[in-house]
Amino acid sequence: MNGARLVVIGASAGAVQALLALLPALPAGFPLPVLVVVHVPPDRDNVLVPLLGAKCGLAVKEAEDKEPLVGGVIYFAPSDYHLLVERGETLALSTDEPVNYSRPSIDVLFESAADAFGGAVVGVVMTGANHDGAAGLKAVREAGGIAIVQDRAEAYATAMPDAALEACPTAFTMTLDAIASYLSSLGTA
Amino acid sequence: MSEIEDLEIQLLLEALYQRYHYDFRHYARASIKRRLTQARTQLGFPSVSAMQDRVLHDPSMLPRLLGFLTVQVSEMFRDPSYFRALRENVLPHLRTYPSLKVWIAGCSTGEEVYSLAILFREEGLYDRTIFYATDINPDALAAAEAGVYALDRIRKFTENHQKSGGKSSLSDYYTAAYGRAAFDKSLRNRVVFSDHSLVTDAVFAEMHLISCRNVMIYFDRPLQDRAIGLFRESLTRKGFLGLGSKESLRFSAHAAAFSEFAAAEKIYQRREP
Repeated sequence: MNGARLVVIGASAGAVQALLALLPALPAGFPLPVLVVVHVPPDRDNVLVPLLGAKCGLAVKEAEDKEPLVGGVIYFAPSDYHLLVERGETLALSTDEPVNYSRPSIDVLFESAADAFGGAVVGVVMTGANHDGAAGLKAVREAGGIAIVQDRAEAYATAMPDAALEACPTAFTMTLDAIASYLSSLGTA
Repeated sequence: MSEIEDLEIQLLLEALYQRYHYDFRHYARASIKRRLTQARTQLGFPSVSAMQDRVLHDPSMLPRLLGFLTVQVSEMFRDPSYFRALRENVLPHLRTYPSLKVWIAGCSTGEEVYSLAILFREEGLYDRTIFYATDINPDALAAAEAGVYALDRIRKFTENHQKSGGKSSLSDYYTAAYGRAAFDKSLRNRVVFSDHSLVTDAVFAEMHLISCRNVMIYFDRPLQDRAIGLFRESLTRKGFLGLGSKESLRFSAHAAAFSEFAAAEKIYQRREP
């Protein structure tokens, strides 16, 4: 698929194993920015950044407010902040109330990405035990972007992929391996 | 569809400014759009334009809309390590001044005001300090001045207070009744609650410490620079500026005017001019 300029990923229960399978598989030189929301307890420092940073060929960092988006960098939402995408290809944070009991919320990231980048977004909803990400994935799809849901057969928790697929029936269902190779192909258009 | 809505939002923000002098025109777009969409849905308007029509002609609509656009729910001692850094590293400097001025910019419903008042009380600095607590939302300011919070939030406040190195018990400062905790008047007898906009208003006093946390993340870059410029002018030589834990001066035009004082806690110090 051509024209993709941004990848957004949301995961909850079971996220660590799923991200460890997916993100290190992205090739060095991957050209798009990747934004990730994982539900973590608010008081916990984000341990995923050092964990994945050590395993990934791409740079991994916690997103900062007003930071310009750079291709080939994986940005994690900080705990207890929503992560949003702005029109000028910068990131924004907010302390607005939780959405779906979650802050960061996958819906907030996906909806702002769809708004700022239109059809150039690839949205991926993975394992999780709640419904966050369903409305966001629908927004990505409605803006003309690509919607992907992790195959429930291999998801640690199925509620989130199920809800996403129900809200967005035209989403592709893929295994983590398939998602990894699909995303990798975006770099070689 | 989305383009029309963008235009409607732009027009609504212009209308709010021209009619009521509330200026959200340079707020970060993604969040303002989210909040306005929420307002439109919850207030039951078919479009942002319909909401604009109503607020233009019906001033009673303004506070309701402002509620969506401004109110931030915070916690007392949110990010305990920030308050610990103030206690352990900043207050020893402030102690050397005979009198102090502290500005809580964007105080919302006052959680941080009471946190700082308690901190200064515990450290014996309260009686020589004047606190300025400012916000643009009159309802939030009134709530801040009242200092009454739902009792079910107190547990978290207490936990944060202890983690911040609190030397007293939070329960010394409030009376609980009917599911609410009312904070003691003696924590606000040196607090000036005032309407002030970082967008349109000017410097009003010389400050030793300014705390402005998770307010400027809602501003776009030029507006952030305006606000930081105000802080720069307001701070006394070697005065302190505390930001939210995920904010920084790194992308600001005024970065060079400040040094990092407690980098991890986003506490900056005004350089000598």
